[in-house]
Amino acid sequence: MIDKTSLWLVIVFLGLGTFLIRFSFLGFMNGRSFSPFVMRLLKFVPVAVMPGLVAPLVVWPDATNGDIDPARIGAAIAALLIGAYSRNTLWAVIGGMAALYILMFAL
Amino acid sequence: MSTSTQKSWLLQGIRDGLPFVLIVVPFAMLFGVVATEAGLNLAETMAMTILVIAGAAQFTALALLEDNAPTLIVIITALAVNLRMALYSASMAVHLGKAPIWQKALVAYFLVDQSYNAAALKYDAEPDASVRQKIVYFFGVMIPIAPLWYLFTWIGAVAGNTIPEAFALDFALPITFIAMVAPSLRSLPHIIAATLSVVVSLALAWMPYSIGLLAAAGIAMFAGAYTEIALEKRRAKA
Repeated sequence: MIDKTSLWLVIVFLGLGTFLIRFSFLGFMNGRSFSPFVMRLLKFVPVAVMPGLVAPLVVWPDATNGDIDPARIGAAIAALLIGAYSRNTLWAVIGGMAALYILMFAL
Repeated sequence: MSTSTQKSWLLQGIRDGLPFVLIVVPFAMLFGVVATEAGLNLAETMAMTILVIAGAAQFTALALLEDNAPTLIVIITALAVNLRMALYSASMAVHLGKAPIWQKALVAYFLVDQSYNAAALKYDAEPDASVRQKIVYFFGVMIPIAPLWYLFTWIGAVAGNTIPEAFALDFALPITFIAMVAPSLRSLPHIIAATLSVVVSLALAWMPYSIGLLAAAGIAMFAGAYTEIALEKRRAKA
């Protein structure tokens, strides 16, 4: 169960912080920019954060009380492969969920 | 394009925003469903989607909240996912820097992946356009996108309550993350960053306060950047 105080703090500060990031160069730092190396680092943030965030959810899912579940691991691999080959996020979601249902039914 | 009217810039924006509807609608719905699954009520789900208006960060925050990560860690990690928007802001500042501050504030609020990509392409293609025309175009792009983002989050949140547990929607969140990252895994630096992120995060999963995730993200980010630099050097020599 998500704590409500924590949730509202996240909603407010994530909203505010996200706005400040978006407003940063437009609003405060006219004409200035990051160094090329920082720009390069920023480019890798999503691919550095999201896989690490998702890995424990795939390997130790809450729905199975943290036990390894072949159907969920198979579905994750399916979504990864479909996404990498098709370069289409939507197809990867659809394919991954379809694989999950097929594997849950078959295993 | 010096003869084009403000109205035609608005219509061009709307036209260029329309294809993104196909991406925005299912993701908005998915967020509504996943947020409801995580125990958020309608007001909380809508507050997050309207105040934050950044899908990947919203999903990140939900996943960490569900994992009972400390509030500060949730905020820092979700903001990190949004740091790429500082790049968007820098790129837009070149074109829109001279607009009035209230317009720039509105642009900042609506500076999402879709509006940035459309505007960056358009501004490069038409460098002679006035600041006013560029602003009008930017908001044109968001006219089909923003209302549908709010509306379909709401529809997803309402529908989420009625979907039975057998559909294993708990797993829609991990699948969505994988689907968002997978298309970028076509270059060696990205593959190395993603792999390190997974390995370090799993190896350090025992650490409290999601410190393992922050460490994994930091290591992966630098590994990706340095791999890219090394590849560029090798290419320059060849």
